[in-house]
Amino acid sequence: MILEVTNIQKSFPLPGGGTVQILDVPQLKVDSGEQTVLLGQSGGGKTTLLHIIAGITTPDKGSILLDGIELTKLSEQGRDRVRAAKLGYVFQTFNLLPGFTALENVRLGMTFGNGKHDITRATRLLERVGLGDRLHYKPSQLSVGQQQRISVARALANRPRLLLADEPTANVDAANQQKIIDLIRETCQEEQIALIMVTHDLKLAQQFPRIERLEDLNRVLQAVAK
Amino acid sequence: MNLLLIAWRNMQQRGLSSWLTIFSMALGVTLVVIVLAISGVVTESFQRNSSVGYNIIVGAKGSPLQLTLNTVFYLSRPVENVPYSYFLEFQPGTGRQDAFKKIGGRMHEADRPGRYSRYMAGGFAVPVCLGDYFGPFRVVGTTPDFFANLRYGEAGDMEYKFSEGRNFQEYSQENGYFEAVIGSRAASEMKVKVGDKVSPSHGNPDGEGHGEKFTIVGVLAPTGTPNDRALFINMEGFYWMDKHSKPLDEVAKAEKESGLTYAETPGTAESDGLPAKLPIHQREVTAILVKPGGESGIFAANMERTINENLQAQAASPVREIANMLSMFVQPVQFALLVLTIMVCLVSAIAILVSIYNSMSERRRDIAVMRALGARRDVVLAIILAESVLIAVAGGVIGWLLGHGISAIASPWVEDQTGIQVGFLTINTWEWMLIPGIVLLAIGAGLIPAFSAYRTDVSRNLSA
Ligand SMILES: Nc1ncnc2c1ncn2[C@@H]1O[C@H](COP(=O)(O)OP(=O)(O)OP(=O)(O)O)[C@@H](O)[C@H]1O
Ligand SMILES: [Mg+2]
Repeated sequence: MILEVTNIQKSFPLPGGGTVQILDVPQLKVDSGEQTVLLGQSGGGKTTLLHIIAGITTPDKGSILLDGIELTKLSEQGRDRVRAAKLGYVFQTFNLLPGFTALENVRLGMTFGNGKHDITRATRLLERVGLGDRLHYKPSQLSVGQQQRISVARALANRPRLLLADEPTANVDAANQQKIIDLIRETCQEEQIALIMVTHDLKLAQQFPRIERLEDLNRVLQAVAK
Repeated sequence: MNLLLIAWRNMQQRGLSSWLTIFSMALGVTLVVIVLAISGVVTESFQRNSSVGYNIIVGAKGSPLQLTLNTVFYLSRPVENVPYSYFLEFQPGTGRQDAFKKIGGRMHEADRPGRYSRYMAGGFAVPVCLGDYFGPFRVVGTTPDFFANLRYGEAGDMEYKFSEGRNFQEYSQENGYFEAVIGSRAASEMKVKVGDKVSPSHGNPDGEGHGEKFTIVGVLAPTGTPNDRALFINMEGFYWMDKHSKPLDEVAKAEKESGLTYAETPGTAESDGLPAKLPIHQREVTAILVKPGGESGIFAANMERTINENLQAQAASPVREIANMLSMFVQPVQFALLVLTIMVCLVSAIAILVSIYNSMSERRRDIAVMRALGARRDVVLAIILAESVLIAVAGGVIGWLLGHGISAIASPWVEDQTGIQVGFLTINTWEWMLIPGIVLLAIGAGLIPAFSAYRTDVSRNLSA
């Protein structure tokens, strides 16, 4: 078991005062190396859930066991450390750093982790995503699909135990979409990385061995449906 | 990838803004370096030249500093004179009585030894008459003893040498009493050489010429002292110049007021086959440079006190006067200048603060991304601090090079003016504080944006 989420609750303050509950998730478990897709409507709280799993946002209640470590008991520094060591994150909008080259962006993924400066691995990952000839390009000099591939390479750079991918293909055309999904899934398989991928796209979701619907996980949405 | 490289990339991203802040820090440091260099030159030129080879300057009552500035540095307005007979009080042995017989004139108690003669065995007293100019340069009426007895240099042990010609003589066959020696700087600027005839002007650089011509018989080798910028003429000739003898009615008035008795003798110049000398009672001197006898001037303090008790004159210690002046006037000014330039650096540090702080809003996302990649908050803080330090140190290094470059370029001119060498690598001891100081300043300036980065809310700033 790489991830065990129990009884997570999260509310956000409303601008006019008071709060609105977004998440109430009794349970979500993911095995080591398991590949799961997370489906759900817009605004349902998928990104919020990923942020909580990544330790970027803290839940109001509940427990998150990541590779046996209880995230909610850690300080912010501690969560930063765990994130660096165990997690990869692919963002919907890539979030590449514009001042750094492709190779540097990937190496940044390592710098903050265990401090290994494995240029060979960074280069290999970029070759693996088909950017071996674009190592020293800045993001602005690359196409959208190429940028997303860098962000995949960056998320994998630190040999995470769990990869969170938040709609990684939302901004990519259909041809590239499939390539990127294949790339992520193959690499995760090779390196025994568990994967939670968020998507709206049913066709993409059906390729995965396990599909979770946020409507089933999140009691807040069930209440709304009733 | 190390943090410095990340900081460097951030700096590059801010482009012009980074370079401008680097430039402003460079400017501040350049100013600090130049102020330190100037301070060093000023202090050294005073300190070095206060070892003059004598212990006491005796002159008319007044400010001892002015007497010193006048006599040693040829600065400030000329001071009052004292009678020549007062100078004779410093002759060792029977020097006073002998001089009276030789020069001739009227003098009180002419057959006793000089009042301070007992301190003078093994020492010397050199008379100096100031007040004339040669072009912009001071004219010093003195005796050949000036160059024979005085020394210069940091240890006060270097003898004066002539790059051309020789010392002047009290009397020579070809030039009589009218020989002169000129300092190296004055010679080159006034374009005179051995054999030239020069005529000093009275009172100020634009004063009228005296008519009497002195023949230059020697050019001093450069010494780096104020003597490089002066013309030295034989005192015996000086006295025969217009307006340099004390008018007889003034002498008569003074003698009458003193109520003393005066002996009179015609002097031996003529019987020795020499031209006549100005009689003692018409002679005055501006200053007397005194080195008392005895081991390392043990009499000096004693003598200084005795002279100062007397109403006729004052004794000043040049070393002490210079030290006082440095600590009372020069050092406070230097300190104020230094504080000003440090303020410039402070302003540059604030410019760094503002420039990084202003960029924070554009950087929130980048910081959040780094955090999401596992960068700890303190790492993010360190990256921003590193950027601030990088800018400041880059500015500091450029400023240091610039400051020393300017010093090096100005060096020949400074050496010309003061005799002090300032090379590219003449490093003031205070400069070693510069780098740690700048780093501290940069850290101080970086802290505010760095803490703002530290507090960045990751999830809100990620465009997920
Ligand atoms: N920091 C925040 N403060 C207040 N409300 C927030 C915050 N973050 C998210 N929310 C709210 O929580 C809800 C869920 O947002 P979230 O981004 O998790 O949805 P999502 O399922 O990822 O949607 P999408 O598919 O459009 O990306 C939204 O209504 C959003 O307005
Ligand atoms: Mg989302």
